Amino acid sequence: MTTAPAVTDRHVLRLDVEEFLYEEAALLDAWRLDDWLALFTADARYEVPSTDVPGGEPATALMLVSDTRSMIAARVKRLNSRKAHREFPWSRTRRIIGNVRILAQEGDDVEAVANFAVYRSRREVSVYMGQYRYRLVRDGDSFRIRFRRAELDVETLDPHGTLSIIL
Amino acid sequence: MGYRDELIVDDRQNGIFRVNRTLMTSPDVYELERATLFDHYWLYVGHDSEIPRPGDFVRRGVGGRPLIFLRDSAGTVRMHFNTCTHRGATLCREDSGNTRLFQCFYHAWSFDTAGKLVVTPGADGYSSGFDRGRYNLVAPARMDSYRGLWFVNYDAQAPDLRDYLAGAAEYLDLVLDQAQDGMRIVKGAHLYSVKANWKLMVENSIDGYHAPTVHATYVDFVKDSGGGQRKTALASGSATDLGNGHAVLESPAAWARPIAYWEPFFGEDAREEIEQKLARLIDTHGEERGRRMADTFRNLLIFPNLIINDVAAITVRRIEPTAVDRHSLQAWALAPAEELEGSAALQRRLDSFLTFLGPGGFASPDDVEALESCQQGFAAAREVQWSDISRGMARMPNSQDELQIRTFWRAYGSLMDGAGFPERVAGIESPAAAVPDKTPAEAGVAR
Repeated sequence: MTTAPAVTDRHVLRLDVEEFLYEEAALLDAWRLDDWLALFTADARYEVPSTDVPGGEPATALMLVSDTRSMIAARVKRLNSRKAHREFPWSRTRRIIGNVRILAQEGDDVEAVANFAVYRSRREVSVYMGQYRYRLVRDGDSFRIRFRRAELDVETLDPHGTLSIIL
Repeated sequence: MGYRDELIVDDRQNGIFRVNRTLMTSPDVYELERATLFDHYWLYVGHDSEIPRPGDFVRRGVGGRPLIFLRDSAGTVRMHFNTCTHRGATLCREDSGNTRLFQCFYHAWSFDTAGKLVVTPGADGYSSGFDRGRYNLVAPARMDSYRGLWFVNYDAQAPDLRDYLAGAAEYLDLVLDQAQDGMRIVKGAHLYSVKANWKLMVENSIDGYHAPTVHATYVDFVKDSGGGQRKTALASGSATDLGNGHAVLESPAAWARPIAYWEPFFGEDAREEIEQKLARLIDTHGEERGRRMADTFRNLLIFPNLIINDVAAITVRRIEPTAVDRHSLQAWALAPAEELEGSAALQRRLDSFLTFLGPGGFASPDDVEALESCQQGFAAAREVQWSDISRGMARMPNSQDELQIRTFWRAYGSLMDGAGFPERVAGIESPAAAVPDKTPAEAGVAR
């Protein structure tokens, strides 16, 4: 007689987080930005450090993106308009997320990292790859995002030109 | 054939200025630019504050050459070509750091920070005629600084930097004097690129006319955050030829500036501190100069490829051509040294910087899109030959006009023809072509 391997709480948590990240990526790939924005808590932040200082913090370094919740909303509004010229018409994107790891759990808060490759196609294809850092808060059977940071592994944005999409 | 006769039309009689689009598409023009402009004029390399300690270095590609910009062990700022004098390998292969020795990974020849060859492994293999003193690292022909901003010049005969800067020095002072303890480059660089000729980025960086259209979403953002209260700011102001191809566009601050124009974006609790900064500058420099420093937008071109835009924050932007239809950008935030790491003042500056500027900002990506779309349009340059830069020739140019862009092109055309810099333009360029005053109704139709 064989016994099924134990599925621990840790595994379940990781599956929950993975599912959340996949759903989030699907919203971004579909340009459902208002739905994406609804995932954030009121005190949320979204950051992308400059490529030459991947560990950069917004208090001490020039970032590529350092958004409060209201700046995230402004970013969404801009991208939803027809006047964000770099993204009109919208580029096509596809996000591949993997290597999801739970770093810590404390009460309702979960700290997780994941690898990403974001492919963007507009006239040509460029790839943004790097690592996400998340702080998620339990919200019923899903999560909300309190902190979201995309650390790029590319040395410069020379191949991409700009960072006009949400990573 | 001359650039000024055939490729750049400067018709002062009729107030018409046009640029032939082959200047953005021809590989021959691109090669000649490198030899004519980038081999002979002062090019920005970096700032003192990037290499504060002895042994600090950064490497940088400037005018197509690989450079190491460093402070040697004795504290002297230097530049070396980043190529081993033995067989050419790249000597310094890190973007920045601190070292006492540059050791080539190819055959381990090693140089001290002053550039002296100090190690040649297997030294007994060299003949008596082998003179180590001839193999020190090579420095560019000239290097010089203006108040912490370091430039290189590959022509030993070039005029001194201070003379070259001409009227631009006054505007650099207006930026640099905002600091009490000097300026520094904040760590973190915006490194990006544009698939368009580099001269389009020069034009765009000092162009006020495009702001309401290209940056409509930014203007909306400013309004949404309670700012943009000076509604006519961007349409007033002035454009000035500073001599030697340098030019500036100025206007009253149209939205928030960390030094020193408060708008609600900064939050109510920052208001007093920002007003104190303005008061301090007025106290130190007088009412007129203090306000001009603190409460004015400035887009400054240092010919040929350095932009210092003192707007929502201060950016130092270096334009490096990489092909006829492509250039790379390096942009940094310049901040007063007294705005310490972790301070609210620095945070405000960086937040303000990022709203507009940079490849992830709310405005710069749309500039890149505009320039790339121009370059794509130039594929029809044989049939659609000219771009127009005539705006404001028949009046005293305001900040929606194009004198500052014409200043670049006049210098460019003159140098490409092998002549020196042209006469500085002062006053109205084409008074004979002035448009008679319209009635308000007619003016409305003309818009």
